[in-house]
Order: sequence, then C-alpha cells, then structure tokens
Amino acid sequence: MNQHLSATADAAVSIGALEVPDDVVRLVELKRRFGQTAALDGVSLAVQKGEVLGIIGRSGAGKSTLIRCLNGLERPDSGQVFIEGREISRLGERELQPLRRRIGMIFQHFNLLSAKTVEDNVALPLKIEGRPRAERLARPAELLELVGLSEKAKAYPASLSGGQKQRVGIARALAARPALLLSDEATSALDPETTRSILALLKDINRQLGLTILLITHEMEVIRSIADRVAVIDAGRIVEEGPVWSVFANPKSAITQSLLSGIRPQLTAEIASRLTRGAGTEAILKIEVAGEAARGPLLSDLAAALPGGFRLVHGGIDHVQRQPVGTLFLAVPGADADHLEQVTAFLRAREARVEVLGHVANSV
Amino acid sequence: MSPILFELLLRSIWETMLMTAASGFISLVFGLPLGLALVASDRGGIAESLWVNRVLGAVNNGFRSVPFIILLVALIPVTRLIVGTSIGTWAAIVPLSIAATPYYARIAEVSLREVDHGLIEAARAMGGNRWTIIREVLVPEALPGIVAGFTVTLVTLIGASAMAGAIGAGGLGDLAIRYGYQRFETSVMVAVVIVLIILVCGIQWAGDRLVARLDHRG
Repeated sequence: MNQHLSATADAAVSIGALEVPDDVVRLVELKRRFGQTAALDGVSLAVQKGEVLGIIGRSGAGKSTLIRCLNGLERPDSGQVFIEGREISRLGERELQPLRRRIGMIFQHFNLLSAKTVEDNVALPLKIEGRPRAERLARPAELLELVGLSEKAKAYPASLSGGQKQRVGIARALAARPALLLSDEATSALDPETTRSILALLKDINRQLGLTILLITHEMEVIRSIADRVAVIDAGRIVEEGPVWSVFANPKSAITQSLLSGIRPQLTAEIASRLTRGAGTEAILKIEVAGEAARGPLLSDLAAALPGGFRLVHGGIDHVQRQPVGTLFLAVPGADADHLEQVTAFLRAREARVEVLGHVANSV
Repeated sequence: MSPILFELLLRSIWETMLMTAASGFISLVFGLPLGLALVASDRGGIAESLWVNRVLGAVNNGFRSVPFIILLVALIPVTRLIVGTSIGTWAAIVPLSIAATPYYARIAEVSLREVDHGLIEAARAMGGNRWTIIREVLVPEALPGIVAGFTVTLVTLIGASAMAGAIGAGGLGDLAIRYGYQRFETSVMVAVVIVLIILVCGIQWAGDRLVARLDHRG
C-alpha cells in the first residue's frame, strides 16, 4: 500500500497502542437488537492483516448487521468496534466519513450507479475523497485492467452481465486503496461459474495487494474457495470459529454441520432409510479424517489389519487450504460388537473420527 | 383571419410561452429542492426529521388544494409586492409559479423516492456525505423521472396559464375566450386550439427525447 495509507495506519495503531497492531478489525461483545430479536448477541472477533475471514450463517443470523457495524452503517447498542485500533462505534457520521474511505465494500446487488459510466463509477470514491482529476482518470483505468474490464470503461452498468457488474463493484471498492474490503454476499446473486471467477479475483487481490477481506455469505462453497478462517454465526452469536480446513474436518456445532452438509459427502438417503439399530449383515461406519492423518494409507492399512475386509460405500476427499479433508462411508461385514470395536479402535488410533451409523440387513 | 387577429394570435403565443417558461423555470428551481427536502426528511431519509417533513408536506398540500383560479386572485397582494403590479403577463407568473412549485415538488419527490436505497448505502459506505449523496446519487439516478415530471409540469402550466387572462395576463386562453368565444370568431378558436396542440406535443416530444437520452437504466 502507498505511503499515505501506511502513515495513517501507523497513527491508528499508536492511538490504540494496547491493541495487537496486526488486527485490522477487532470486535468486542457487540450487541444489537431490533425490537424483540437480538441481531447481534455478544459478538467478539478479530481479523488480522492480510487474511480472508469468512462469516457464514443462515439468513437472519445477524451477518448483515455485523458487517454493517464495521463501517458504521449500523450502530451497535453496546460493545466496541476497533478498525485499525480505533474505536468507531461511538463516532458521529462526519467522523465516520474519512474512516469509511479506508474500507471498501461490495454488495450482493452490486449497487452501481446507473447514470454513470463504468469508469465514473470506479472513480466515485476518489471524487468523494477529493482526489485530483488526473488520478480520477488514471486509477479507474488501472483497476479496470486488474478486474479485466478495460474495454467496458465507457459503458453503462445496464449493459453489463452480473459478473461484470460485480467486477466493477470490486474495482470501485479498491479505488481509494482501502485497508479492508467488506463483502456483503457478493456472489449470492451470481451463477456458480461466475461466482467462481469472482472468488478467484478476490483471492488474487488478497494475495497481490495483501488486502484484508471480511466476507459474509450463506454458502460454504464461498468459504471453502477463498477464506483462511471461518466464523459461524447463528442467532447473533459466533458458535464456531477457526481455520477453514479444521472447521470443515471437524465441525462442532449442529449449524456448522448443517451448513456443510451441502458440500460434504452424505450417506445416500436410500442407505440411510435402511439403517437399523439392531443387528444386520453389515455395519455402516462414517469415518472423518483430515490433515496428516488423511495423507497416510489409512484404508489399505485397515484392510491389512482386519480379516473380513470392508467395502467403501460412499465418500470423498476434498482439499481445503491444501489440507485433505475426507469423509468415507464403509460397510463392514460381520458386524458383531467386538469386531466393530476393533475397527473403530484401529481407526481412532490413526486420528480418524469414527461413528457407527447403524446396520443394514442386506448388503448395500 | 384578419391581420390584426393574426398579430394578436402571435402576441398571445408569445405571452403563453413566456408565462410557461418563466413559471416552469421557477418551479424547477424551487420545486426540486423542495422535493429533495421531502425525501430527505422522511423516515429513513438522509436527513430524517419527521416534523420538518410534516410541515413541508402540509404546506405543499395546502397550496395544491386551492383551485388555481382562486389562488390567482388570492395572491394579488403578493404579486403586487413582487412584481409591482397585479395585472399583466409578468404578474401572472407569480401565482403560476407558486401553484406549479408544490406540484412539481411532489412529482420530483416520487422520482427521488424510487432511487434504490442500496445506492445511497453504497455512497455512504464510500464515505460520502449528504451533499455527495444528493449530487452523485439521488439527482443523477432520478434524473429521467425529474425531467419527465418537468415535462408534465410544463404542459399543466400551459393549461393553467389560460386562466391567467382573468388578471389581464393575455395568452392563448384569454384570446380564445375573448375573441373565439365571446365574439364568435371561430377561426381564432380553431387557431388557438391548433397552436396549443402543437405546443403541448412539441414540449412532450422534446421531454421524451431528453428522458431517453438520460436514461441508462437499460
């Protein structure tokens, strides 16, 4: 980032000298109610410089309120919001304005001005900041190049596709060289292919510019492709937080498991419907294994160690943040309690998580 | 039609155009800010102030509920204060403007209100102040509607200016009543109607063209 910005950043850090300097955002016990419902019910979070933090939750979980507290579009009832070490939740509108220029934001519905050309849209933050005309012409060209839309500079937003509009939105959010980019469901209105390209662009920007990104989404796919860390929000509280791969490998809360169910292997409904608690000819096991444990020859070791063998019924190994995260469903014949005990003990010794889901009468 | 009548017709066209243009201009200058104030002061607006909104709305409705012909007479003291006389074309411009301003303010208000709230939020997120929001978002985004509404206002003013004959302002309406109707000069009546049709169509056509050029909403 340029000198002007880093000078401001240093100043901000020295004001909040007690804060960890690398925290771009720090939230402390944030609360916000709308009537009877608590949109935020004591949220504490930190976002470090250069990282991509994804906040995921169902609609109505409080994510929008949370992200809007970060640039003062929403005011918390209590709690603190530190941006680059400076507490902003009590600032007036006029004091918030210069601060917001350090925070770029992209939106689900893009929010481009229909009456302005693409380049004028991108130049708007610079105009607001009172930048010289030369910069207001040069910087949009630079940014449109970065997002791959140079040839659309003179076009109006109405003539662009959804993906192109979001690229313009990203270019505009970057125009004033922000320290933080907020993404409010930026890909939720886009088709899967366009979503992938927009996420790839955001990841590129994160890497190339070292830009800190905080995004909210309801899609785990978004978290998987771009986030370094994930926080799961439900009913206004952060219920789970950690590196994406470890949350994927070992989701603790029911809400996380449910959000993950769409992109992790699930036992087919057909088999699930035939599961019984009692004895059957085969036991169905769910094995979850991640990281180092998933790199070893787990299944062949298991086959060598156990007489009777097993069958792989369903499953897959995903790579999240370059870490293997696997979910496998095995059918183990015989299925008497001792035998199952042996299998689970063997797998647990290799840091796999094992769950006996039930038994089936005939082989599946 | 005699040359004298023809000359009268030309003069009346000029008077009507003058009244319409002048009061149209004034209603634009005052009505647009008033429309902005109505939108900005309303609940959830960029300068929310409900009592300001209520007062502005009530004054606006008050003026709009008085029939123009009554306003024309009732405002005579005001007109005399501003123009120095209460009769003639210039004198008619005062009540016309006062009637058209609240009318146009409401039309502008409707267009301004239709601007997507997300755009205002985006401008706020960029660090824009109220003035930025008005100048860069509200007015440009609502401009097609603002222009279309102004076209409607001008056409309404042409109609209203016909009544201004009551205070000796002249104009096409006055000509049609005094010559066409009271003196049975059918040719004058026909000519006035044709001229009015041409005027209204011309204004509407120009307005529509301008709106089409300004509208980039696709």
